[in-house]
Amino acid sequence: MTDITSGTPDQPEGRRPFSLRGLIAATEIDVRLFGMLLALVAILLGFGLVTGGKFLQPTTFITLSVQTAVVAIMATGMVLIIVSRNIDLSVGSIVGVVAMAYALLMTDWLPHGLGLGANNPLVWIIALVIGLGLGAAIGGLEGFIIAYIGVPSFIVTLGGLLALRGVVWIMSSGAAVAGLDPTFDLLGGSAQGSVGGDTTWALAIVGCVAAVGLLVYNRRQRRRFGFPVRPRWADVLLGVVSCVAVLGIAAIANANYWPKGLANKYAQQHGIVVPPGGLQISTGLPWPIIVVIGVTLLMTFVATRRRFGRYVYAYGGNPDAAELAGINTRWTIMKTFMLMGLLCGLAAAVAVARQDSATLDVGQSDELYVIAAAVVGGTSFSGGVGTIPGAVLGAIVMQSLAYGLAFVGVNTPTQNIVAGAVLIVAVGLDSYNRRRGGGR
Amino acid sequence: MTVDERPPLVEMRNISVAFGGVHAVRDVSIDLRAGEVIGLVGGNGAGKSTLMRVLSGAHTADTGEILIDGEPRTINNPRDAKAYNIETIYQTLALADNVDAPANVFLGREIVTRWGTLDDGAMEAATRKVMARLNPNFTNFSMPVKSLSGGQRQAVAIARAVHFNARILIMDEPTAALGPAETAQVRDLIRQLKTEGIGIFLISHDIHDVFDLSDRIGVMYHGRVVGIVNKAEVTPDEVLGMIILGKPRDEVTDKDLAKLH
Repeated sequence: MTDITSGTPDQPEGRRPFSLRGLIAATEIDVRLFGMLLALVAILLGFGLVTGGKFLQPTTFITLSVQTAVVAIMATGMVLIIVSRNIDLSVGSIVGVVAMAYALLMTDWLPHGLGLGANNPLVWIIALVIGLGLGAAIGGLEGFIIAYIGVPSFIVTLGGLLALRGVVWIMSSGAAVAGLDPTFDLLGGSAQGSVGGDTTWALAIVGCVAAVGLLVYNRRQRRRFGFPVRPRWADVLLGVVSCVAVLGIAAIANANYWPKGLANKYAQQHGIVVPPGGLQISTGLPWPIIVVIGVTLLMTFVATRRRFGRYVYAYGGNPDAAELAGINTRWTIMKTFMLMGLLCGLAAAVAVARQDSATLDVGQSDELYVIAAAVVGGTSFSGGVGTIPGAVLGAIVMQSLAYGLAFVGVNTPTQNIVAGAVLIVAVGLDSYNRRRGGGR
Repeated sequence: MTVDERPPLVEMRNISVAFGGVHAVRDVSIDLRAGEVIGLVGGNGAGKSTLMRVLSGAHTADTGEILIDGEPRTINNPRDAKAYNIETIYQTLALADNVDAPANVFLGREIVTRWGTLDDGAMEAATRKVMARLNPNFTNFSMPVKSLSGGQRQAVAIARAVHFNARILIMDEPTAALGPAETAQVRDLIRQLKTEGIGIFLISHDIHDVFDLSDRIGVMYHGRVVGIVNKAEVTPDEVLGMIILGKPRDEVTDKDLAKLH
């Protein structure tokens, strides 16, 4: 436990000896993102201090991250929506519709309606594909109305928020649907819904190699064209820090063990003798976290390395310029909403898998948390500004606060007051910085 | 000027554009030849910019036709215009302020790798190359263009037009926001492009600019072309008279001109 406590703040600690300004310039690191990382560390350490270290346990980080997953997945899409000067208020209701669709598909329509049977592995696969498609279709329809018919996104998605929640009720005749496919439920990230210790280490090593590979590739690319490159020590530092971070996350995940009851049951079933201290099986990374990491990487790739992403940002910076440059702006906007819908479908899968059921209120109010995450993460409503990792960090910061406050026994109304205040203060600080010309 | 037997680079015939009840451009015909600079002048709201926006695909004309190299062509959007090598430098510059210079230069026409990802290296290299020619002092290739000076932003807008082998270049007030040194640079560039055989429409309020650079001058007044005159055959005062009074040159009398002073 204690080594974890000292392990987390390692990152900023190691940077202190240098001049911060020079370091930021040399590594070309995103100042805003770096600031948020510091804020997150401060929040976690703060709760650690208040609870006398009890807060800083692997279980805390894992639970917190799993709770963040649904909002974080959607926040990556919301960034592109807000960057292109729109808003999507309907994401929570899309989650509700798709969640109910998953539940009905897996409990009724596919096994009985299609006669696939209860334990057919095809059931969850088909359900997932249909659910993702449904999300994208709903988002696409909203996007079409917004981009091609010209109804403001606030209105269209406000309508979606109301109407789609009604659809949820009609789909299930007002009842919750429980008892989903057990394989599908792994997406929820219970102890079994984690990939285990070995796979986690393997993933971490892959991540490490990929990070270093990317640094080397970028350096070579710039050399190839004869552009100025970062100082070598900065690249090495970035590589080392990335690897330490990735391996550190894996170590934390692997220091989280199966609950005793579950471990004993497992030992019994497999004829393992339980050692005196209890059988310790590492959970490793839960599936929702892997999904979030995957989505973050993919969305960052789409936003920064693909034409589509470039058009979204250019449109947000100056819609007329994008139009005059010959970009098909309507199609670009419609695609942002389709992508948002798809991510809602994925978030819905994690949400229903976590509770093994679809209730009528799955996703309710999620739109607010998703927008808050994106905005705390540095996405600006004036358009053109915002990053995917920032939004994910924003989601983690907000959830850390909520979880930490609950941990120290603060009630929900007070948690909401804090969350609201933090939202306003975070954006206020950001605007202040931007006006001073400190930010970008 | 010697008589050119080839069809004009561009011929706009009987173009009309109306916004609601307002006729911004009425029945305008104008043509442009290779290596020629036409200065378009006129008061505010005379219709110069609207006429050029039709050619660059930002507006569609209500009536009239556009011929390119003698062939009738349809230009419905900026993509169509660019396909015919019509490039435009807008008065507003039309830059995406939040992205860097290479991204702006290649906006809508990005270079991609064989995996379909943006090839930022190649785009930056190409931008550095074209900038070396336009503005050797330009070094900011990775900052969002909003942090650049007016002259540097203008250079980005010009680079975008020049890089893609424009045959027809529309420049809307290209020197309005520039200092004397940068204005001189733009003038040199216009002369250089002219010798490369590019046809240029130059919209300007600066009558000296127009006289300095143009071969012919088109004067617009309340949406109509009052006259298209050879620079060599008119005086700046006469053109000024046409702009202010909205009369063809023959009807601008000495008395009119005297009144202007």
